[in-house]
Amino acid sequence: MATFHLQIVTPDGGFYDGEAEKLIVRTIDGDVCILPKHSPYVTALGTGTTSVVIDGKRRRAACAGGMLAVMKNNVRLVATTFEWAEDIDVDRAQRAKDRAEQLIAKATDQRELELAQARLKRALTRIQVTQI
Amino acid sequence: MAASSMKDIKLRIKSVESTMQITKAMELVASSKLRHAKMRAEATRPYFTTLHDCLTDIAYGNTDFSSPYVQKREVKKACYIVVAGDRGLAGGYNNNVFKELAQQIEGKNVCTLPIGKKAVEYCQRSGLEILTEEYSVAENVSLGDCFAISRMLCKQYCKGEFDELYVVYTNFVSMLSQQPGTLKMLPIRYEREQAKNAAESLTIYEPSTEAVYDAIVPEYVGGLLWGAMAESVASEQGARRTAMDAASKNASEMIEDLSLRYNRARQGAITQEITEIVAGAEA
Repeated sequence: MATFHLQIVTPDGGFYDGEAEKLIVRTIDGDVCILPKHSPYVTALGTGTTSVVIDGKRRRAACAGGMLAVMKNNVRLVATTFEWAEDIDVDRAQRAKDRAEQLIAKATDQRELELAQARLKRALTRIQVTQI
Repeated sequence: MAASSMKDIKLRIKSVESTMQITKAMELVASSKLRHAKMRAEATRPYFTTLHDCLTDIAYGNTDFSSPYVQKREVKKACYIVVAGDRGLAGGYNNNVFKELAQQIEGKNVCTLPIGKKAVEYCQRSGLEILTEEYSVAENVSLGDCFAISRMLCKQYCKGEFDELYVVYTNFVSMLSQQPGTLKMLPIRYEREQAKNAAESLTIYEPSTEAVYDAIVPEYVGGLLWGAMAESVASEQGARRTAMDAASKNASEMIEDLSLRYNRARQGAITQEITEIVAGAEA
């Protein structure tokens, strides 16, 4: 099957550098799927699940923020946070979710509320990724 | 007289020895922290270079491109993020950063965002305008904090509260050499003449070039700051290790010197005693 070169980098280091067959990622405008020979494409990422198909096997990950750039069959996923499903600590995510819910209940101003909501979204994404 | 000077010397040797123990321990701590910091600094580099490449690709690939982040404005006020350490005893690490800062801000209207206790103290002492003192412990600044700083600064930048954003940090060149430096973060350098109207301009941007750019820039600034932080933390440990190594060496030299003097004094005391005994026997 045709493949493209995929690079996943985060501030904590590189996560993947190699060939991939398919990439599905959540952007600020909704989910997009990148296949080999995609035309040049740049977008910003939202918070959501990402899946990558490598050698016919699907790997899931939780991904938040950053950008996606497709240039000449070279795909760069520059994420703020990126975690493979198998690396996620479900208990920790659950605790983060509970904490975020408490924060939302207590939030007094708009900014606090937004931050807490973003936190809740990240926690929910993490939990969701491990459950499928 | 000889007995008292012998005691003095012994006491001094003891005190130097205990100081040396401390400097040795600090050196070891710094070496182990340096290893981690160095790994962290190296891990962030690919992220940062990729992000930078993408941003310049976008800016140069589009001729009809306008984002507040690339437009040059008349500079009425500049903002400086200053990254220094929390503690001293790291050779010239903190001072070099402040010297660099002083040189940069000379004659300019500036505000600062100090990171690290020493940086906060320096900015207060020099009477510079401080945006926030929230980040006074450099070691505890997390990636999330960097993004929070970046979002806040980008917002203020767009509102026009300052027209340029710089970061003053220490570049980790090698274990033995750390170079203070200044990096311009905003506006992003962009020369319109160099913009090429080539194949890259066929790139699809969703939802739009400006939307993509404006979503990415805060991330970019945050990433840049995180990189600068990682470099600075590694530099601090490197500088401390070198300083403590030198201190330990000086201490062992001092001990050697003092031991020699102690032995001489001891020898002198014995000789004197023998002379006294011989003189007593002869009498």
